[in-house]
Amino acid sequence: MTVAKEESGREDADNKGDMSGGGDGYVPSQRRIDREAFKRARTRRATAIAALSTLVTGVVLYLVVVNAPGWPRTKETFFNGQYAREAFPKVLEGLWLNVRLLLICGVAVLVLGMLIAIARTLRGPVFFPLRALAAAYTDFFRGLPLIINLMIVVLGVPALRLQGVTVDPVLLGGTALTLTYSAYVAEVFRAGIESVHPSQRAAARSLGLTNRQALRHVVLPQAVRRQVPPLLNDLVSLQKDTGLVSIGGAIDAVRAADIIVGRSLNYTPYIVAGLVFVALTIPMTRFTDWVTARMDRRRAQGGSI
Amino acid sequence: MSDAPVLRMESVRKTFGDSVVLRDVDLEVAPHTVTALIGASGSGKSTLLRCANLLEEIDDGAIWLDGEEITDPRADQDAVRRRIGVVFQAYNLFPHMTVLDNITLAPRRVHGASRAEAEERARELLERLGLGGKAGEYPDRLSGGQQQRVAIVRALAVRPRLLLFDEITAALDPELVGEVLAVVRGLKDDGMTMVLATHEMGFARDVADQVCFLDSGVVLERGTAEQLFGDPQQERTQRFLRRIVEAGRL
Repeated sequence: MTVAKEESGREDADNKGDMSGGGDGYVPSQRRIDREAFKRARTRRATAIAALSTLVTGVVLYLVVVNAPGWPRTKETFFNGQYAREAFPKVLEGLWLNVRLLLICGVAVLVLGMLIAIARTLRGPVFFPLRALAAAYTDFFRGLPLIINLMIVVLGVPALRLQGVTVDPVLLGGTALTLTYSAYVAEVFRAGIESVHPSQRAAARSLGLTNRQALRHVVLPQAVRRQVPPLLNDLVSLQKDTGLVSIGGAIDAVRAADIIVGRSLNYTPYIVAGLVFVALTIPMTRFTDWVTARMDRRRAQGGSI
Repeated sequence: MSDAPVLRMESVRKTFGDSVVLRDVDLEVAPHTVTALIGASGSGKSTLLRCANLLEEIDDGAIWLDGEEITDPRADQDAVRRRIGVVFQAYNLFPHMTVLDNITLAPRRVHGASRAEAEERARELLERLGLGGKAGEYPDRLSGGQQQRVAIVRALAVRPRLLLFDEITAALDPELVGEVLAVVRGLKDDGMTMVLATHEMGFARDVADQVCFLDSGVVLERGTAEQLFGDPQQERTQRFLRRIVEAGRL
């Protein structure tokens, strides 16, 4: 992080390095030239220190791991090239299921989360049961560990032997994920709705908009925009938690690795599956950072979103 | 058109917890007139306006708009608000919408105007208020004075019966106050009925047909601008105006 900052600092210095800007015949003073030279030198030094310190840290970590007493054994069990090659295509095939689950659950979570959030902000006595229900829902599913929720839904529902209800572990797993994540996302939306200043609602109402119209055209658009970073954060989280549907036997990336591990008693496939998930979430995480940074910049410029 | 008051308040009382913000307030606003509410901060000017637009519920008394009691719990609040335009101190433009969308939202969603009609009227009003080039901008790209003029256009776009101005120049840099006040003068010439809470005494004296001095939630003194500024009867009014003059604001 610091390195990046120092680099951007250097870019600034380089830009200013062209000191004849303005086109008004301005000649930089010796003072400015000295100052810029010092800044450049300082940036170079900082970059060098960062590189050196990274290298040293890397070497130390490597030596610690490699010289650990159990390392040869660990290497054989967790970092076996042959098993990695065998597992990779199977894991990728399984990953397609995770991606589909993410897409479908993602949409379902956003819709359901929004409905619950709106239900919680409704006013008026008629809506009391709806409000109470929505509050109970979020309280319950935010507190319930996802893994237990999954076991109850994926293993418990088929045990009921209900007519016409699916026993497909993928569908049930997806349902469980949606149940839990809707509760999280509902809270994100609700926080967004409450963060829109009351004067905005007052302005909308004073124009004659009904409560519902004010919510739809004025409050929600601002709430959603503000909550994009935390929403994306939850989606990243959902992305990796799709791996948990494997507990019901659905063959996703984790389960695909599991099968090979069961046969070979070598854990390399888990490492492969883990890395694949990381690789999948990194673009999403970077995107989240980018969106957040962009919004922070806009706010810093004094604009509202 | 008759001279029956557009807005009438009778014995209005409003409290927030233990503090009485409005006490026994009577007010009559005749058509095509401008009423200025003056008084120190916290004297109840803003609350009075918010009550008139039903953004606050009054504790006692009654308010009529065009002879219809709007404080009757059975009255359709949305319908009442449709006939009253409000401009706020902090503009309260919708930051996620362009200037044009800010203005056309209510005409389209509330009054059922088509996009074309609503935009035509919006552009016409923007043009008149010297904002012709700003239709596509977002509010945060505009100066305070421009934002406030957009807010006025937004309130005008629904052809309100009555306009309420809540210290609309209080958040503006001094050099931007003039452009907003000029707009209000123009509206007076067009015959708009307006009530304004203001700290701009010079402006109130110039433009108002009726001036009310509020003190601790009571209308202590009222009269024409000439009477109230020229020959205030109450001791508190005199003191208030003397302070204003000393501050160089009148």
